[in-house]
Amino acid sequence: MPLSLHVPTPTRRSGDQPDFTDLQIPPAGVLPRPATDALAADIRELAYGLIRVLDQDGTAVGAWDPKLDTALLRRGLRAMLLTRAFDERMFRAQRQGKTSFYIKCSGEEAIACAQALALDRGDMCFTTYRQQGILITRDYPLVQMMNQIFNNAHDPLKGHQLPILYSARDHGFFSLSGNVGTQYSQAVGWAMASAYRGDERIAAAWIGEGSTATGDFHNALTFAAVYRAPVVLNIVNNHWAISSFDGIAGGEATTFAARGIGYGLPALRVDGNDFLAVYAATRWAVERARANLGATVIELFTYRGEGHSTSDDPTKYRPADAARRWPLGDPIDRLQQHMIRSGAWSEAEHQQLVAEVNDQVRAASAQAEAIGTLKTSRPDIASMFEDVFGQPDDRLLQQRHELGL
Amino acid sequence: MVQALNSALDVMLERDPDVLVFGQDVGYFGGVFRVTDGLQKRHGITRCFDTPITESGIVGAAIGMAAYGLRPVVEIQFADYILPAFDQLVSEAARLRYRSAGQFWAPMVVRTPYGGGIFGGQTHSQSPEAIFAHISGLKTVIPSNPYDAKGLLISAILDDDPVIFLEPKRVYNGPFDGHHDRPLTPWTQHPASEVPEGFYTVPLGKAAIVRAGSQLTVLAYGTMVHVALAAAAEGGFDAEIIDVRSLVPLDLETITASVRKTGRCVIVHEATHTGGFGAELSALVEEHCFYHLEAPTQRVTGFDTPYPHAFEWEYFLGPQRIIDGMKRAMAE
Repeated sequence: MPLSLHVPTPTRRSGDQPDFTDLQIPPAGVLPRPATDALAADIRELAYGLIRVLDQDGTAVGAWDPKLDTALLRRGLRAMLLTRAFDERMFRAQRQGKTSFYIKCSGEEAIACAQALALDRGDMCFTTYRQQGILITRDYPLVQMMNQIFNNAHDPLKGHQLPILYSARDHGFFSLSGNVGTQYSQAVGWAMASAYRGDERIAAAWIGEGSTATGDFHNALTFAAVYRAPVVLNIVNNHWAISSFDGIAGGEATTFAARGIGYGLPALRVDGNDFLAVYAATRWAVERARANLGATVIELFTYRGEGHSTSDDPTKYRPADAARRWPLGDPIDRLQQHMIRSGAWSEAEHQQLVAEVNDQVRAASAQAEAIGTLKTSRPDIASMFEDVFGQPDDRLLQQRHELGL
Repeated sequence: MVQALNSALDVMLERDPDVLVFGQDVGYFGGVFRVTDGLQKRHGITRCFDTPITESGIVGAAIGMAAYGLRPVVEIQFADYILPAFDQLVSEAARLRYRSAGQFWAPMVVRTPYGGGIFGGQTHSQSPEAIFAHISGLKTVIPSNPYDAKGLLISAILDDDPVIFLEPKRVYNGPFDGHHDRPLTPWTQHPASEVPEGFYTVPLGKAAIVRAGSQLTVLAYGTMVHVALAAAAEGGFDAEIIDVRSLVPLDLETITASVRKTGRCVIVHEATHTGGFGAELSALVEEHCFYHLEAPTQRVTGFDTPYPHAFEWEYFLGPQRIIDGMKRAMAE
């Protein structure tokens, strides 16, 4: 029999009707919540199943219910709504030519927002470009984010970096590279340093399912396992790396969470659109890390709501309304439903909150636009030559003079 | 020189609890060239330890540690194996300060033995300095003797930016002059083998005039400093030999002052010719000393082939090729 080469291909493409009937979605509340000192090999089912707390009706069920108080639920809901409003505004700003580039996190808001609340503020986050919700949850000023996106005169990164590749040291948000995967091993190094110093802070890292193919992913898991580093290693499986479906990253035969087991790292696979499940799984991993038990791998199972970026048109490679048909729903709707059902929230309060976050984004936008946007304002040109080294460099001083600065 | 490097690490581990030393075979065993010998025993297993075999993982972890506030000093066992870490060095370590506008930086040193003359073939002989010197945000330093090795390594560890510290492994155990058929002189007979026990620094960005002369200027670094000295003596040239020591930052002043004085310049490096750091030095000499030059600047370098195993001494740059270069520089 002749050999044949297998190239994975998604079941549905542009022009097709979306169909998620092949997805194995177990019911909410069925998986156990083990003790945090459980061994990876003893909790394999958590890497292959799906940790879910919110059922179809929005009721929190099962051992993973984090039983959050109303204040925290409201903070989470507010952070997600604010993140979505921020994304909408910045997406429009890009279409209006106010910035060259933007990336939304539509449908993935629960990941960054719930995880930011499950971590302490001092914990250092090594994110991808789709966890802007962490900065927003940690109350980083929206206007600062916009100044960076517009690369205007008040850009906190002095025009050195592409829009949305933020850095906010005092908010525990590590400088975003823009190269995918590279920062995963750096997060482990940061966590090793924290452990070496006897600190109490941990690190958290995010990577897309596509970038789990990089060597940096393997390096990070190896180092995290070898040195028992206090780090939470998140894999955001939103099923699409630009136009490549998760099968191209090796998702056909196994789960991304299961990658952790081979390294001896406990691994959880979680409904990424379930705010409570994301929060609970992250808390479990955080408790392990803080107790010197080492790293946890968490696969956040979600779906990329829109294009990869403002430069991408997803209708060219996937069914047009795939995201709306995602069987695990929308994270904001689901938390809202849960809160209303449990009496912690009302439709009227929700409408008021939506209006409030929209106002907040509008006000920040007005403030940032008053400083300027792409083409109307930019940082001092001389700053181009700053921050290459800690000390002035003769070559750079001379090159600056050549520009007449 | 191995002991001098060991002493630099020892002094810094003692002086600063934020200094960590790690890499492949670096901990218990003390490194394949013995540079970290005894450090784990003296300073403890969390200060000096072994790592998995992944250069990009070692450097990636070091960047995270450095960003936290430690001062990691990592060893890449051979410079030939540094390429898997190239992305982490170029895209990450070198740019962290710039892209975060000074919020984060990476005070780290990557030590790695480089260069030929040890029958190491393609995978233990290369000289990759130019590809690092080309990257904005990295410093590239190369000592040629024990005194400088210790002082420069301490300066590199104290520096707040990432430093690529290339150690010419052919002179680890003695100042090799290129004559492979003669017995190696040990460092003990060399003046630069006098290494103070404690803390001292040799500043980055300062070249050393290792032989004053009037006829022509030779720019060299690493093992080639010793080969150039032999060439000057054997060829009977009154050469001014400059040990560049630090490619970035570069001591342009010492270089240009010498070339303006002698009017002739020979640049020597083991690395392959095309796009080598000699091209940069030659261009700088041209830009800054054109009206003082009496002859075209000569580059004496490795050939543009991979490092061949069976032809070690035909490939390795010995005194005769430098003498030929000096003759060309003196011809006009």
